[in-house]
Amino acid sequence: MQKLLTWIDDRFPLTALWESQWGKYVAPKNFNFWYYFGSLAAFALVIQIVTGIFLTMSYKPDALRAFESVEYIMRDVSWGWLIRYMHSTGASMFFVVVYLHMFRGLMYGSYRKPRELTWIFGCLIYLCLMAEAFFGYLLPWGQMSYWGAQVIVNLFSAVPIIGEDLGIWIRGDYTISDITLNRFFAFHVVAVPLVLIGLVAAHLMALHETGSNNPDGVEIKKQPKDPATGLPLDGIYSHPYYTVKDIVGVIGFLAVFSAIMFFVPDMGGYFLEANNFIPADPLKTPEHIAPVWYFTPYYAMLRAVPSFLGSQFWGVLVMGAAVVIFFAMPWLDHGNVKSIRYRGSTYKAWLAVFVVSFLILGYLGVVPITVWGQFPESWPVLGGADRATVVARVLTIAYFLFFALMPWYTARDKTKPVPERVTG
Amino acid sequence: MMKASTFPALFAIFVAAVAAALSGVALASGGADIRMEPSQINRLDLASQQRGLRTFVNYCLNCHTAKYMRYNRLTDLGLTDAQIRDNLMFATDKIGETMTVAMRPADAKAWFGVPPPDLTVEARVRGVEWLYNYFLAFYKDDAQPSGWNNLIFPNVAMPHVLAELGGTNRLVTQEFKDHEQAQAAAIAAKGIVVLGPGKDHTYVVHTIATDTPGTLGPVEYQRMVADLVNFLDYMGEPAKNKRLRIGLVALLYLGVLFFFAYWMKREYWKDVH
Repeated sequence: MQKLLTWIDDRFPLTALWESQWGKYVAPKNFNFWYYFGSLAAFALVIQIVTGIFLTMSYKPDALRAFESVEYIMRDVSWGWLIRYMHSTGASMFFVVVYLHMFRGLMYGSYRKPRELTWIFGCLIYLCLMAEAFFGYLLPWGQMSYWGAQVIVNLFSAVPIIGEDLGIWIRGDYTISDITLNRFFAFHVVAVPLVLIGLVAAHLMALHETGSNNPDGVEIKKQPKDPATGLPLDGIYSHPYYTVKDIVGVIGFLAVFSAIMFFVPDMGGYFLEANNFIPADPLKTPEHIAPVWYFTPYYAMLRAVPSFLGSQFWGVLVMGAAVVIFFAMPWLDHGNVKSIRYRGSTYKAWLAVFVVSFLILGYLGVVPITVWGQFPESWPVLGGADRATVVARVLTIAYFLFFALMPWYTARDKTKPVPERVTG
Repeated sequence: MMKASTFPALFAIFVAAVAAALSGVALASGGADIRMEPSQINRLDLASQQRGLRTFVNYCLNCHTAKYMRYNRLTDLGLTDAQIRDNLMFATDKIGETMTVAMRPADAKAWFGVPPPDLTVEARVRGVEWLYNYFLAFYKDDAQPSGWNNLIFPNVAMPHVLAELGGTNRLVTQEFKDHEQAQAAAIAAKGIVVLGPGKDHTYVVHTIATDTPGTLGPVEYQRMVADLVNFLDYMGEPAKNKRLRIGLVALLYLGVLFFFAYWMKREYWKDVH
């Protein structure tokens, strides 16, 4: 065995690669609960790829047969229902994990110098994931697949001047049709996953170059070395310590995953929508079109922005900006500490505003705008307006203020001193 | 330039704005309020599903298809291939065929206005509660092309196919000036109730009452509908019972595995101080 390894190492840096990326990678010893979600995201990606491969074996990317082939998988393919549910539950769980992972980064300032590129690769992964989810959602060819795609592609049609041609270019047709399904299938199973895997590799390599941040925001690389081990005082080897810890995380994740997948695979309509069990019908628009839950905060923003100068494009612009603004985080934050543990109350309050905005917008994106009724006609300015729309506008502004005012409030925040050593 | 201390004020405004908008939520009223009857179906009761299957084949599978459901899959319900072949297959003699009908979609559209939907996954679209109530909510309405209407699916194209069994109902409408009275009446009413806006800012409460009883009594009819819905629910996801069974085993297994994984982690981490 050792001989074989030497033979390989003389020709390919197998041991060096393993050691630099995980085996001898030194990580801070104080990772808490929030640090499970990185490895879980990688695990979710593997689930999606493996189940996706098996689904591709029985799925037919054909407007006349797609819906039928999904039912075929659910009924006639051995264990097809399980593989399909793993993939559909996996999609939502991937977003759950990624959102928690991103929130971890926000809380502990993981995007700050010197980890800007890790953060940017992460943002790109998030964009890719959104594209992957969007393309994949068309494939079952149900009513929500069809009309959801129609709505999203129409966003591009709202671009001034070139919009209409852009829409036709994306669809390959005047409406969502068989040709659209075929190209979305190609993007979903080949193009986007390739990019995604490349970005994940870059994200990990960048991380392993700078070293991991931790809940205290202490740079362990700047600490003196322990003479006995040669490691930074608060550093431990990822392997075996974080290997065995992440296994616990993976099993916990699988338990939650299984509880959903086996007992409530449609999650009350949030993971699998009831309308998507009706085959796509281009002539019949569903009464209420809602995207899957992980897009709803942005969808709520889109609906909240009023049309201006006769164009809906502003909503699209706001929605796009809401995602892209994450890229700027490393340069918006002027605080002199990384972690929320040593930030002052101002930063904490703004982060709370951001989280509350994101969650309520997420809720508003799944329900019709009439959900909370209208303000009484007698009210000045707001009279007669849909309450939900007004709330969504306030929250959209709050969401952006979190970013826009960040250079100001982080610089002025009363921070606490960061200790030399991590605090456990 | 604002000082950091002005932030609490901004935060208060933000909270107040959201709270103000939410304050009237309880008062907001949308369209009609529907109170349905609870459906009591037992997904493990194969005899009930078999009876539902019989009703389905006799009454539904003439206009509606179940084109993703294979006849031989019905062995799930404890039937043998021979039983299926002899009692249930009228349109085909191949046991591996799906449950289709001879009616062409174009004809169906001409006769009913809309082609009857495929019913394979209808239970996943509508839910069992809705389906159960749907079959109880038909009433006579001469204004409709089919002569029938439905309390929870207004202006439905489908006629009341089960009328000979369930009997004929009529619509009962009560009108109220204010919402509270209407609500009280809706709560007091029996069976399926729909409360909606009426003309000139009034409120109407709709219920149904029996005109002519069917060959089955009301209780037997409800049981028959429950069986039918139980079958539709099975057909929507034939693997459901297996899924729930395996789920339990999977969770128990993961629970044990979690214990050992956690134990292993603790052992390794003993030397991290």
